[in-house]
Amino acid sequence: MDNLISVKGLHKHFGNLVAVDGIDLEVQKGEVLGFLGPNGAGKSTTMKMITGFLAPTAGSVDVCQHDVANDPIAAKTCIGYLPEGAPAYGEMTPASFLNFVADVRGLVGRGKADAIGKAVEKINLESVMHQPIETLSKGFKRRVGLAQAILHDPQVLILDEPTDGLDPNQKHEVRTLIKEMAPEKAIVISTHILEEVDAVCSRAVIIAKGRLLFSGTPAEFAAHSHYHNAVTISVASDIAASIEKTLAVLPDVFNVESTVLDGGLIRVTAIPKDNKPIVGDIQNCIRQHDWKIDELFVEPGRLDEVFRTMTTEARSIGEETRT
Amino acid sequence: MSRTLIILKRELNAYFATPVAYVFIVIFLLLTGVFTFHIGELYERNQADLEPFFRFHPWLYMLLIPAISMRLWSEERKAGTLELLMTLPISLVEAVIGKFLAAWCFTAIALMLTFPVWITINYLGDPDNTVILAGYLGSLLLAGGCLAIGSFISALTKNQVIAFVISFVICFAFNLSGFPLVLDMFSSWAPQAIVDVISSFSFLTHFESILKGVVDIRDIIFFGSLIAFFLYANVLAIEAKKGS
Repeated sequence: MDNLISVKGLHKHFGNLVAVDGIDLEVQKGEVLGFLGPNGAGKSTTMKMITGFLAPTAGSVDVCQHDVANDPIAAKTCIGYLPEGAPAYGEMTPASFLNFVADVRGLVGRGKADAIGKAVEKINLESVMHQPIETLSKGFKRRVGLAQAILHDPQVLILDEPTDGLDPNQKHEVRTLIKEMAPEKAIVISTHILEEVDAVCSRAVIIAKGRLLFSGTPAEFAAHSHYHNAVTISVASDIAASIEKTLAVLPDVFNVESTVLDGGLIRVTAIPKDNKPIVGDIQNCIRQHDWKIDELFVEPGRLDEVFRTMTTEARSIGEETRT
Repeated sequence: MSRTLIILKRELNAYFATPVAYVFIVIFLLLTGVFTFHIGELYERNQADLEPFFRFHPWLYMLLIPAISMRLWSEERKAGTLELLMTLPISLVEAVIGKFLAAWCFTAIALMLTFPVWITINYLGDPDNTVILAGYLGSLLLAGGCLAIGSFISALTKNQVIAFVISFVICFAFNLSGFPLVLDMFSSWAPQAIVDVISSFSFLTHFESILKGVVDIRDIIFFGSLIAFFLYANVLAIEAKKGS
């Protein structure tokens, strides 16, 4: 069985507040699962229960076939975890901090030196190894947290906002690192950055109000967008108006939007009815009328729009049930 | 290396990584000096023992030990490192004991640095060194009791100042529990048995009997069970509070 994480009927209540309200999840080896959701949706709380920091109010978590509640040490041994905000002991240097984590993880001698060396190389920490962590930049602090998480080459990696506070180059490095490690591990990341889902995740789940609203590949996620299969073309502004009119009356076109670009160009987007593919019809149109176009592309769908729709629907459902 | 020892080592290094350790040791040595030679009048007494040195330890510890213990758990909770620590393959009991032992080792180091007092008294006279050894043992047990209380209080709050003040008050109460100030509050309404129990919790009574060179097993059990009780409470406090 390659099922490395298995979450069943997970609930967490803090007094009257329901933070997690029945989540079921399975993550297999080779998967990178993205947790998406607004702030306070229950992403971090779910991660804290998977890693055994918080005990669930109800439900169970198995990691590498170890029940986190009954056999916490065995489960924690095969998890690498980057908590939210990448906490670390500020007075320690990355060298002493990683050494401490390696000791607790039971690494000794050559194995320990190798593990620390590898993690430091992968994360690019060499330059700051002997500075106190509290004096490091936010990006380096986050990287120290990442190094600590991957130190023992765990089968399961749980990363709470791994790229938060990193600059675009560092983000790219971390995403590359996650993709490199992916085939051998089950990885769960949470993020606010929707492009990250496309960039690294093999599957995404949306959590809002402590519930799982969606689970699927990034492409399936994007397919929920009104813009899925929409066709965008850029044309000179003098012919844009007639193009808009022509496209609007095509049978499968629901709506036409346009935005003005620099350099006298207008970008016209035709949104299809029910996400039908319309790129063939539009190409025929272009040939018939002999329009001169600068670019043409089919949209996979807009993640931010799907995210907004799904999570705001959840909010209104939540409010209805409360009243 | 056992995981308790790994925690102990990290915590002990953490003390010396900041000025806290040095400030504490300097203040501790200064104050023991002042108490021993000026207030305790070690020279003027003309007796070859360290009673004036040890006599003030309960009052010194009441003030200084909370400064050592206040960061033990408050800091972890405030900085979020508790989450890191508790998701490493280590049990809470190991972590609580490791941290407590680190703080205890630290006070033992501070206590050992008072050795010039011992050299002085041996140079000046011919003291009974077994009594002095018993004094050091008693002092260490007393420090352990205060530390266990402080560690427990530190687990209850993210605020180190609050941890300090409350630990100070509780150590003060334990020091005074054999005195009329505390006992009078109870003797008017509580049965004599309860008053006796309260007065038997006095740090001073147990400490003073050890100081006389009489290492009674009951005094050792008293401090040992006090430490065990507060460390157990410490574990429960972290369990209950870690999510908040």
